[in-house]
Amino acid sequence: MPVPSRRGLLFGTAAVSAGALLTACTSNEPKKSDDAAADKAPVADDKPGKAVTIGFAGPQADHGWLNAINQNAKSRAEKYSDVTLEITEGSNDTAAQIGQVQTLINKKVDVLVILPADGKALTQVGLQAMKAGIPVVNLDRIFASPQAYRCWIGGDNYGMGLNAGNFIGEQLKDKPDAKVIELAGLDNLELTKQRTQGFDDALKNYPNIRKVARQAADFTVESGQAKMAQLLQAQSRFDALWNHDDDQGVGALRAIAQAGRDDFLMVGGAGAKSAMDAIKAGNSVLKATVLYPPTMAASAIDLARALGQGKGVSGMAELEIPASLTLYSAVVTKDNVDEYLPTGFN
Amino acid sequence: MTQPATPAQQDAPAAPATSAPDRSGARPPLGFRLDVRNLSLLGVLAVLIAVGGFTKPDEFLATSNLQLVLTQASVIGVVTVGMTFVITSGGIDLSVGAIVALASVWATTLATQEFGFAGILFTAVVVGLGCGLVNGLLIAYGGMVPFIATLAMLASARGLALQITDGRTQMVTVESVLDLGVRDAYILGIPPLVLVFAAVTLVGWLILNRTTFGRRTVAVGGNAEAARLAGIDVRRQRLYLYLLSGLCCGIAAFMLIVLAGSGQNTNGNLYELDAIAAAIIGGTLLSGGRGTIVGSVLGVLVFTTITNIFALNNLESAVQQIAKGAIIVAAVLVQHRTLRGAD
Repeated sequence: MPVPSRRGLLFGTAAVSAGALLTACTSNEPKKSDDAAADKAPVADDKPGKAVTIGFAGPQADHGWLNAINQNAKSRAEKYSDVTLEITEGSNDTAAQIGQVQTLINKKVDVLVILPADGKALTQVGLQAMKAGIPVVNLDRIFASPQAYRCWIGGDNYGMGLNAGNFIGEQLKDKPDAKVIELAGLDNLELTKQRTQGFDDALKNYPNIRKVARQAADFTVESGQAKMAQLLQAQSRFDALWNHDDDQGVGALRAIAQAGRDDFLMVGGAGAKSAMDAIKAGNSVLKATVLYPPTMAASAIDLARALGQGKGVSGMAELEIPASLTLYSAVVTKDNVDEYLPTGFN
Repeated sequence: MTQPATPAQQDAPAAPATSAPDRSGARPPLGFRLDVRNLSLLGVLAVLIAVGGFTKPDEFLATSNLQLVLTQASVIGVVTVGMTFVITSGGIDLSVGAIVALASVWATTLATQEFGFAGILFTAVVVGLGCGLVNGLLIAYGGMVPFIATLAMLASARGLALQITDGRTQMVTVESVLDLGVRDAYILGIPPLVLVFAAVTLVGWLILNRTTFGRRTVAVGGNAEAARLAGIDVRRQRLYLYLLSGLCCGIAAFMLIVLAGSGQNTNGNLYELDAIAAAIIGGTLLSGGRGTIVGSVLGVLVFTTITNIFALNNLESAVQQIAKGAIIVAAVLVQHRTLRGAD
């Protein structure tokens, strides 16, 4: 960029500081939602042990779930007096994230927790860390090589689709010629394909059900509203909707309300608090959501700490932590929503 | 799709002069005139409507679908009207999407929502104007290139939006705002957001075609130095234009809040490209000096209709993007071919 003029610089500075001042004034603190549920399950032991420095590199938290990931990691690390968390600025840019991980390697942290913006693209830097003797806990989006991480923990995207499909299947199993539609997430992500695959496989168990339409949104409220409005226009009658993501589900529910439709049941995905509140209230088409819990970030910190202290996981016979852990995509309905509500993210 | 040459030839001499900066108060002819570019766009739109009506007669031609297409065109349409002014003056505003995001999240903070409907609307408009003011000052008086100044605004407004929301979706709880988006609020079957869009379009058209401000905008875009020599305060004109674009973004942000029932920092993603594309295929010159509000609005309608037809036919998003690109190329090529006969 060219060097701005003195006046330009002055205006810019004034604008930025005015903005910062105003942000400070219009506070936006929602009610505290501490990860009460994440605290319930102790791992290794809670007593202070050997001091461990954990480096955490995650993607940019521009989405409810990703923000919850960062929050969960931070608050879990604060809980342990023996853990120091070195956290980098989140980034969706692969090159930038590689640089951040390399910085953490140079700082010689004891353990690394990495949620890559793109698992395949960050494999090399994972390998670098492992070769440098820093064990890597790979969070959620998986590296291309098992050599690049000591332990992988993440959600089950295929399982999300499968459980959503089976839930819908059970609800509609007595209905002849039932139609379902799917509002998918970002189509260029591997996880979207897995969620759809699981859903389709589940529907094969129910020959009376047919998937009549699928549209992909962008995980944003705006895209959820726009794509859902189109789907509702295109499908004058259907019995169930599976929406991959609760954030875009806010928009989808808005479109459903705007169209005045309530002739079908909807299943969401991820487990946002707003979705759980709606399920609990029971006054909308949203009847269930399939979990993809951000508490996995807190568990990743637990595992990293255990790794750093050379401990295993309590309740298991093994001396070491496992090499991979896949979370369960539980179906949250009105019956069990109270149990899961504390894990719901804003 | 090719238009007959006759209306083009009749139209050409009367078309707004692109290089003559100041026509010293000469009013453009009264009465509504569709120039050749708009006619070719209408042709594209007619073809699209035929395709939609043919592939999905029941769904596409329904009143509810017309309402939907117009509603979906409204938010980006308002942004495009502002963008048309900026491009006509030879500038560019890359920050529109980010301003929509910032205005929408600022207007939906818990603190703002305490003031109800008025608080949300006021904040959205003021934030839009504020960003436009900064853009305008940097460009007009700070001497920065519009591309760079608005690029900087794009980055910082998105950053501020992310900081305010912390990545969260801010739900709107003010019922009177939410009610504007539902069917009960339709006036004579027209959604209120569409009426806002229509009003902004009409006002924009009047300003560009019927006022001194509009003629100055064209003049600045045609030849800024000549405009300055002709006595136009070019800097102040530029400041006003970016303010106008910011104002449109603020209005659009409020409309988006009504539509989505929430504020999110990802709002308005890629609006800058959609608005520029709509203005360009509408016939506004990227180099400035010529702008048409009607063309821009037709451009927006073409894109929204394509999206609608694709969704009704359940096409994948990858196919949608490819086709969108192809239609931009096709529309511009058709214009060029028709114009070669005309000019």
